[in-house]
Amino acid sequence: MPDYETVEHDVLIIGSGGAGLRAAIEASAAGVSVGMVSKCLLGKAHTVMAEGGIAAALANVDDRDNWKVHFADTMRGGQYVNNWRMAELHAKEAPDRVRELEAWGAVFDRTPDGRILQRNFGGHKYPRLAHVGDRTGLELIRTLQDRGVHRGIDVHMEVCVIELLQDGGRVIGAFGYDRERGKFRIFHAKAVVLATGGVGKAYKITSNSWDCTGDGHALAYHAGAALIDMEYLQFHPTGMVWPPSVCGMLVTEGVRGEGGILTNKDGKRFMFDHIPDNYKAQTADNEEEGWRYTQGDKKARRPPDLLTRDHIARCIVREIKEGRGSPHGGVFLDISWIKQRISNAEEHIRRKLPSMYHQFKQLGDVDITREAMEVGPTTHYIMGGVKVDADTEMSTMPGLFAAGECAAGINGANRLGGNSLSDIIVFGKRAGEFAAKFAKGNKAGQINAAQVEEAAQRALEPFSRNVTAGAGFEGPYQVQFDLQEMMQNLVGIVRREDEILRALDGLQRLNARAQRVGVTGHRQFNPGWHTALDLRSLLTVSEAIARAALERKESRGAQFRDDFPNKDTALGRESVVIRKGANGSMQVNREPLPEMPEHLKQVIDEMK
Amino acid sequence: MSTATFRIWRGDAQGGEFREYPAEVSEGMVVLDALLQIQARHANDLACRWNCKAGKCGSCSAEVNGIPRLMCMTRLSQIPLDQPVTIEPLKAFPVVRDLATDLSWNYRVKKKIKPFKPRPPDAADGTWRMAQEDVDRVQEFRKCIECFLCQDVCHVLREHHQHEKFIGPRFLVYTAALEMHPLDTEDRLPELKQAHGVGLCNITKCCTKVCPEDITITDNAIIPLKERVVDEFYDPLGWLAKQARNALKR
Ligand SMILES: Cc1cc2nc3c(=O)[nH]c(=O)nc-3n(C[C@H](O)[C@H](O)[C@H](O)COP(=O)(O)OP(=O)(O)OC[C@H]3O[C@@H](n4cnc5c(N)ncnc54)[C@H](O)[C@@H]3O)c2cc1C
Ligand code: SF4
Ligand code: SF4
Ligand code: FES
Repeated sequence: MPDYETVEHDVLIIGSGGAGLRAAIEASAAGVSVGMVSKCLLGKAHTVMAEGGIAAALANVDDRDNWKVHFADTMRGGQYVNNWRMAELHAKEAPDRVRELEAWGAVFDRTPDGRILQRNFGGHKYPRLAHVGDRTGLELIRTLQDRGVHRGIDVHMEVCVIELLQDGGRVIGAFGYDRERGKFRIFHAKAVVLATGGVGKAYKITSNSWDCTGDGHALAYHAGAALIDMEYLQFHPTGMVWPPSVCGMLVTEGVRGEGGILTNKDGKRFMFDHIPDNYKAQTADNEEEGWRYTQGDKKARRPPDLLTRDHIARCIVREIKEGRGSPHGGVFLDISWIKQRISNAEEHIRRKLPSMYHQFKQLGDVDITREAMEVGPTTHYIMGGVKVDADTEMSTMPGLFAAGECAAGINGANRLGGNSLSDIIVFGKRAGEFAAKFAKGNKAGQINAAQVEEAAQRALEPFSRNVTAGAGFEGPYQVQFDLQEMMQNLVGIVRREDEILRALDGLQRLNARAQRVGVTGHRQFNPGWHTALDLRSLLTVSEAIARAALERKESRGAQFRDDFPNKDTALGRESVVIRKGANGSMQVNREPLPEMPEHLKQVIDEMK
Repeated sequence: MSTATFRIWRGDAQGGEFREYPAEVSEGMVVLDALLQIQARHANDLACRWNCKAGKCGSCSAEVNGIPRLMCMTRLSQIPLDQPVTIEPLKAFPVVRDLATDLSWNYRVKKKIKPFKPRPPDAADGTWRMAQEDVDRVQEFRKCIECFLCQDVCHVLREHHQHEKFIGPRFLVYTAALEMHPLDTEDRLPELKQAHGVGLCNITKCCTKVCPEDITITDNAIIPLKERVVDEFYDPLGWLAKQARNALKR
């Protein structure tokens, strides 16, 4: 084995988003040595984009709120296929995690009596989202980053992990390259935490940032860990649709939380037409009541514009399909109308939604204080991911932990807005804590030189294929674009068996093309090479999504099957599990969900 | 669809040159779109950083026609396309490759600034009470996305290379956010005056002009810090008076 640089840590964290940073802080507090690797620079991870807020039942704005309501809301939103224990821990621990951020310097917006302000969001019964204008993710990541840098965590910035190292079924480290010089590095660790975020870049229209290529999902899968819930991919109902260059860019749900309304080209508020039965009792049936809800009237029920994302996204698709969309193929989202109701509306909008105001003005030539926005669904968040133990976040492989968007369970079939920022700090902390514990109780494993060498060879292969000579080789970008286009068209919001099968066929061809991708130039900071290496992850997660979507012959939450439009009670008791088979092909199974204990069933009944 | 020419600096620490690439221009495009198109079609290995493509992460900083900007927030419609558009890396930091620069100095500087140190909680539940109007200013500073455009444009760093003596506008904003945090009890004034070099800023306000987050860096952060330093070190009476005023305010 060539002499690769090797670094030793007790706990290695992969990813510097909210989940990775929180895990690193917790692990280092436990007294072990901690390394954190990240594809991007510190403070730039996808978490920085989060806008609307962090869900936590602080009860600062409505004192009827408590963990039980949050738990019931999360389970209802997830169509009851969430891991109940994760939903319980999340609801119980989120308030402490948010207060802790304040103690570490975060400056949330305030209530009149000086406490952390909370706002309304889809699927949350009471105003629950602690926020800072519409840049909550920035506040979260900066607070954790600034806390982290003073805790002796070794940060390996712009290092990309391409393989998890194993010793007899246990994960004992990772192997990657640094982007700047293109040199390989071995990370030898007693425990590894995946915190690599989402998979949005497998789709053409997405709100996600560059680094969301599903690496953690793929790394875990190839190492032999189980993935669950991969069919549940959230399409956020409101992304920008025009101009093309910003298509998919997120328009925060906070717009609707502040009173924004969805209308079609006839000016009709179409969301009132389709309120699902299990939400009827808690949804306003008239515009007046909906408005009062957004203005804090505790007696009012929430407007249907704040129903769950899966449902709204489908309603928008229907409006567009049936010819009632906006000029550029979306629907309208209007916040400017509130000037009919409040006097200083323009200033109010600019203060409450500053980045939205800026984003539309700068990139779309639209002044949202005066005119309606055009919006449509955008690939946003994956509920599925690495299967973990609810309390410890350990995956099905010893020594490998996962937290944040790359882990699964808390969100079930659909995530409520705001529940990710809380998820990443609640389970990031737990992953750090238990990874440290694992590291203390286990000796370092033995690095397998052959595994390292194989990974290195695989990574360098694209350099040996000369693209310019035209011998059937091609560059990495076109393969990536074709994959994104295909997933968008065939495994999107509305799914059908024949289309999914076509996608699986297409994936085979794309896989073959990926084997023939070549790159130009050398190893130093070479995005073409990085893109070629990302393809493996993108193809793996795409296949997992397609196979899981095919397996679930029902519609539930974010999984909508045109050919099976209803729920299937039996399938609702199972999760789809993906593993790598002995022959290297993808295995799909169904396994029963853990049974919820009586006292939690009661909580759900009470909150119905 | 029209075509525009982009003159992009290609090279590394040893040196480099401008190379011209064509890009197809469509409605609404930003500079980063053009760059990614060029990367995909003509120069697979063109190095540049970007993450969010939404003006939120501060990764895509570069100099577009000589002006430090976020490439993902610069519309092509805002720049003349009848002549080649020049894109270069930031000048205040060493080049790694093409448009990517070595920003590690910024991370080292930040580590040297004393962290947040809150007073004991006000309330029994371990939390504090803060009025919105008391945090408005700090929230302005905390909008910073660490794009380091202000660092790039500041002549103290860009032309005079005082990286060892001056922390730059970004970290003055950062210090101000900590110093003006209603809960913070730390004192950062001694190092602000000495090692962090607040005195080297001569209020040209270039930093404020390039800040994509519209943070009023000079007026709201740096000048008040300078005043605090002056009060503390040159004017004991003024300092006492200020302490008293602050005590009353609390
Ligand atoms: C526009 C937008 C707005 C949102 N708003 C909200 C909101 O208001 N509330 C809410 O709760 N949620 C929101 N979300 C969702 C939420 O932001 C994300 O789900 C969450 O931030 C994910 O955090 P994470 O720590 O799991 O991963 P990320 O923040 O995605 O971090 C992943 C990290 O892993 C690194 N990484 C990935 N692969 C590798 C590799 N191979 N090697 C090394 N490092 C790697 C990346 O560089 C990055 O540092 C929003 C999402 C978007 C897109
Ligand atoms: S105002 Fe001060 S910090 Fe800002 S650019 Fe000028 S000298 Fe630099
Ligand atoms: S203060 Fe403004 S210009 Fe400077 S780093 Fe922060 S956001 Fe960028
Ligand atoms: S890519 Fe994030 S600010 Fe431009």
